[in-house]
Amino acid sequence: MAEVICPENILEEIQLGELLPTVMEKKNAGMRLAQACAAFIDGKFELSYSFSDDKTYQLVTLRVVIDPSEEVPSITEIVPQAVFYENEMKELFGVKIQMITTDYKDKFYRIEEVAPFGPKKEDA
Amino acid sequence: MGKRSIIPYGPQHPVLPEPIHIDLVIEDERVIEAIPSVGFIHRGLESLVDRRDIHQLTYVIERTCGICSFGHGMGYCETMEDIFGVEVPKRAKFLRTIWFELSRMHSHLLWLGLLADAFGYENLFYQCWRIREKVLDLIEMTTGGRVIFSVNKIGGVLKDISPEHLRLIDSSIDDIKAELEVIKKTFIEDSTVQSRLRGIGIITKEQAHALGCAGPVARASGIRCDMRKRGYEAYQFLDFEPIISDAGDCFARCYCRLMEVFQSIDLIHQAIGMIPDETDISIDVKGNPTGESFIRIEQPRGEAVFYVKASGKPHIDRFRLRTPTFANLPGLCEMLKGAELSDVGLMVVTIDPCISCTER
Repeated sequence: MAEVICPENILEEIQLGELLPTVMEKKNAGMRLAQACAAFIDGKFELSYSFSDDKTYQLVTLRVVIDPSEEVPSITEIVPQAVFYENEMKELFGVKIQMITTDYKDKFYRIEEVAPFGPKKEDA
Repeated sequence: MGKRSIIPYGPQHPVLPEPIHIDLVIEDERVIEAIPSVGFIHRGLESLVDRRDIHQLTYVIERTCGICSFGHGMGYCETMEDIFGVEVPKRAKFLRTIWFELSRMHSHLLWLGLLADAFGYENLFYQCWRIREKVLDLIEMTTGGRVIFSVNKIGGVLKDISPEHLRLIDSSIDDIKAELEVIKKTFIEDSTVQSRLRGIGIITKEQAHALGCAGPVARASGIRCDMRKRGYEAYQFLDFEPIISDAGDCFARCYCRLMEVFQSIDLIHQAIGMIPDETDISIDVKGNPTGESFIRIEQPRGEAVFYVKASGKPHIDRFRLRTPTFANLPGLCEMLKGAELSDVGLMVVTIDPCISCTER
């Protein structure tokens, strides 16, 4: 029978100001960015950055909850492959992400609607 | 420094019937930089959480892809089962594993055929797809579908596989294995194949890790990571080790996927030998759950990440699927740097891109 490696996932809620240092900490710990995504729930953006330890299969998700008007620093200087995740958050949700290394300027997804998953005008 | 120019690759290209566009910045015949763009077929499947209930979503999410459809449905069901806090019957776990490995076989055989087509070996392409048909026949025999199986539900599976059909699968995959041995010899030993694949499109282990590569692309660069080792479904009962290579080139990616077809055959044999003789294949799951969960599974193209957040309402708040190709795009851009223009088509194929998955 195979050796099973299945640690519990960890969810760490952090403040916006802690994002870059915590991402750097995960990178320095040898973890890989497995995914990043946004959700718009109850008038707030929930940003999730999941890091995987590929030796232990541990998944650690950093959760940042912000107002739609807040600006988020890009993590692409630390984790270059976040560029597509951040462009997706920006285009589909309207998250204001600053200083993405390659900013597609709303051309990553060729869709007509602006931020279709984000706040609607009546929410604003 | 030679003159630089930009050559657009895709979204329609003879080698790759997938709508990805790459701006290739070239100097003479060598690629200096590759800038991808997707988004030609964004379908907004994730936004359907507003309009479909949690059970209907199983079938919506299964339609994310026409190749690895079963895994997407299964991954979503596992995520919901985690939020509900239920465990599916043991037989259902084995049934899901058998179908999932059959899916992996047909996906890899499809890709091997496409690779052969990309390097101009038409006969090898025919052979791969001919063998793949036999796998599809087994899937059709047991589920009724060839592309969309629709056998997953939250709480288990909708169909069982009869003992006769299990025996038939068991013997048929041995026949498939014998045929695979013939094409394996060609893929691994033929000098023309090797000359097109060896030493091309190299991603080192360090690059693959830094760029977040997933699945066979990562394993071909020496990263020992296979989400099946997490032990979901029946994998906790099966004996296997991730197939890895350390060359990181196009040949290594071909080798890993080819050997994974053999590994799938072995896993199906093991699963059929251990499947419990029970009648329960699902449990009733009702209500509107509260909670969130991240689940990762090993799709044929690599790690897929499923995220669901629910708050007790009829519709869930958020569904997110990070597909393997999305993770492998940065690796593709890196491997294209320094490549000969004539190798670009082949290298794009070796990440096994599925853009319809990626755009959801």
